[in-house]
Amino acid sequence: MPKLTVDGIEVEIEPGATVLQACEQAGSEIPRFCYHERLSIAGNCRMCLVEMEKAPKPIASCAMPAADGMNIFTNTALVKKAREGVMEFLLINHPLDCPICDQGGECDLQDQAMAYGGDRTRYAENKRAVEDKYMGPLVATVMTRCIQCTRCVRFITEVAGVTDLGLIGRGEDVEITTYLEQSMRSELSGNVIDLCPVGALTSKPYAFTARSWELNKTESVDVMDAVGSSIRVDSRGREVMRILPRLNEDVNEEWISDKTRFIWDGLRTQRLDTPYVRKDGKLHAATWAEAFAAIADKIKATKPERIGAIAGDLACAESMKALKDLMAALGSPNLDCRQDGAKIGYGPREGYLFNTTIAGIEDADAILLIGTNPRWEASLVNTRIRKRFVRGGVSIGAVGPHVDLTYDVDWLGAGPQTLSEIADGTHAFAKVLRGAKRPMLIVGMGALTREDGAAVLAAAAHIARDMGLAVAASGEQEEGWNGFNVLHTAAARVAGLDLGFMPGPKGRDVAGMIAGAEAGDMDVLYLLGADELPTSDLGKAFVIYQGSHGDQGAHRADVILPGAAYTEKSAIWVNTEGRVQLGERAIFPPGEAREDWTIVRALSDVLGLSLPYKNLTELRSVMRAAAPELGTVDYAPGGDNVSSVTWANIGIPGALSDAPFEYAVKNFYFTNPIARASKTMAECSALCLTGDVKPQAAE
Amino acid sequence: MSVRRMAKEQPENFAFTLENLEVAKQRIAKYPAGKAQSAVIPLMWLAQKQNDGWVSEPAMRYLADLLDMALIRVYEVATFYTMFNLKPVGKFHVQLCGTTPCWLRGADALKNVCDKVIGPKGQTSEDGLFTWSEVECLGACVNAPMVQINDDYFEDLNAKSFEEILSHLRDGRQPKLGSARGRTSSEPEGDPTSLTEPGLYDPAVAAVPVTFTPTPAPESGEK
Repeated sequence: MPKLTVDGIEVEIEPGATVLQACEQAGSEIPRFCYHERLSIAGNCRMCLVEMEKAPKPIASCAMPAADGMNIFTNTALVKKAREGVMEFLLINHPLDCPICDQGGECDLQDQAMAYGGDRTRYAENKRAVEDKYMGPLVATVMTRCIQCTRCVRFITEVAGVTDLGLIGRGEDVEITTYLEQSMRSELSGNVIDLCPVGALTSKPYAFTARSWELNKTESVDVMDAVGSSIRVDSRGREVMRILPRLNEDVNEEWISDKTRFIWDGLRTQRLDTPYVRKDGKLHAATWAEAFAAIADKIKATKPERIGAIAGDLACAESMKALKDLMAALGSPNLDCRQDGAKIGYGPREGYLFNTTIAGIEDADAILLIGTNPRWEASLVNTRIRKRFVRGGVSIGAVGPHVDLTYDVDWLGAGPQTLSEIADGTHAFAKVLRGAKRPMLIVGMGALTREDGAAVLAAAAHIARDMGLAVAASGEQEEGWNGFNVLHTAAARVAGLDLGFMPGPKGRDVAGMIAGAEAGDMDVLYLLGADELPTSDLGKAFVIYQGSHGDQGAHRADVILPGAAYTEKSAIWVNTEGRVQLGERAIFPPGEAREDWTIVRALSDVLGLSLPYKNLTELRSVMRAAAPELGTVDYAPGGDNVSSVTWANIGIPGALSDAPFEYAVKNFYFTNPIARASKTMAECSALCLTGDVKPQAAE
Repeated sequence: MSVRRMAKEQPENFAFTLENLEVAKQRIAKYPAGKAQSAVIPLMWLAQKQNDGWVSEPAMRYLADLLDMALIRVYEVATFYTMFNLKPVGKFHVQLCGTTPCWLRGADALKNVCDKVIGPKGQTSEDGLFTWSEVECLGACVNAPMVQINDDYFEDLNAKSFEEILSHLRDGRQPKLGSARGRTSSEPEGDPTSLTEPGLYDPAVAAVPVTFTPTPAPESGEK
């Protein structure tokens, strides 16, 4: 490995590293604007100039490959002068509007001007002004502030995979824009706000609402999809002001989807902040005692087998555990956490996990997508696949209807027919999988919620076993490789399956409970945040809805128990990889709403079936005793147990129907009650469905 | 230079004529398969010629389709190079060089002529015949000052000869190309000062091989 000296410190670096990376390694901070580790190198801001021995002038360290024997200086008079000069040029056309700029306080230019700039300006001429550009409902622009680092252009082109942004004009007149100011057509567009080192691209919904230093920052986990992106919830008082990504190389790197980032206005609207009880066909606000009494009256008068519970997509592990224990205490076997009706959860845990792990996608060399559109179902999984695709040397095939996934995909067929051909080995792609060293497949919820979902799952397991998707750890391969993946769409699902929130012996599943309710065989239904159900088909059943938002479930409910949203409770979430993550409470639930497990616990007292835990710690220890896999935080099993997986126990082999696959997520921006309550998401959705509509009126 | 924007009014559509399409295909074929976008500049130039001297928005869309590249990339190229006009120009596009050599030799006088005869810079004259713009060096400094009108260079101009050229064009007559003062190519002003011996131009003399006699070295005492 090459060795070089930085400020007298000798460092050994990876071949192919740049001088800037070597300087970082040696502990010398290099200021930069255009350079970003995850983007291609542009070398156009010149802020990273350093001195190199024997070089006639300063070098741009971000673009200079580090070589053996280089002698670099980052603290000489020349470097200081170069930085001051570059900074002076950058500030020539940068407005002095920091006091009214949303980036103020977290601005790279501001910070670096303080650290490396001169203390006064010598520039007396007029400054350049640039027209603002419309980029959609999420990104606000003040283009006069732009310093043309082109990070946004590179991100949208390289990472998001849509070539929507560009740098037009030349010289002093260059401008960042979309083509004719259309909105950006990417579900990751919000990340350009974080990337922008100045206040040129800022968050439109967050504009002028808060200053970065007055916010409480809580590290938490996202629940918009089953990826479980690491997020930071910035709150002030009782409101979430914004949501930002947190670095997590294993899950989301440093990106988050627009739904994760801009969902927060949905946390303020349509909230259930007090219990409700239905009297004479109308919901009336009630006290907790009244609501519990109404439930207790009904439940005590009902036989256990006529009571059912369904957990929704946003239920935390704690609340599901408490509700499961309550149902057990009542003696009812009717409970299910798969409100979409997916035919999974039986057999080994590997049968419902994303075993390759999200970071593991980068090692794959053949990828088969089965009935999944990862771009909408798990945007950051899609980003990883694209990252792998950009590096080259990977074959990606997909079974399902054509969609734009931002990378080249071999569309093999529309339905299970193709899948069984691959499983038989008669399809050409079977050869690709067999020939690959690290092949993987991803089964989407669209393929598993069908009537023949269990058979599809079995076919996928069959492929995994026969085509070499499972490779045990051996001498030359240190870690096991499990290429069998189920891509969930709900943040709650894996924890629910781990906890066994599933029909007991002779218990009814979701479809059975709904059919039973309609037919009059089910008298009480407990919906734990379950909204994506045909709630109008529940017949005369007494519906208890516990959740945070007044959505479908609450409209049908006879008793509403106001719960906490994901930002309002300490909770355990398990993502699609089986990675257990801790979400932290950023704010308190509104009004009378309470953390969900406490509601179930309180109800158990009223029913005279007190659950054996009084606080979160006790609940969690009971939960870990029942489901040990929930005990290890931030660990995804990946291919660790690959050699002991009994593939035959995954899915139920059977006849596959001819109907083509449909994707699970129809509207990316409306997948859960919080998103449906968000005005920002509604705007995005409208743009998405109707095409581009540029607002005519001046803002 | 200033910010350049597309014209507000745009034609409905654009497509290459069959002839131009043939040329375009030849241009594209110069590059490896999958690298068609390398041909964007020659093709845009072709489109500009076909479209009366400017690149329309439908033309950019057409090129993006033809070259299988992102629209924004075509737009970037069109806005980067000032040789691509984003707005309609007159029948004669007068590009006046205002860079130092031409300016020293009287480009300002030509600008005044443009202002007087054509109108403000960048706008098309009322009869639709002329648009003038100031450009940087066109590489004809020896014959400064000069203008380029469509594809032709007019050199060694002064206000009078330039006005004459413009009136010729207006009347539909072809003005004389090149130097307005009758200079051949870029030969020096006035009479030649070197290579004047008439014998040099005698074919019989030119046929005799020239022998090189080195200059005698200065003698040592002659310092």
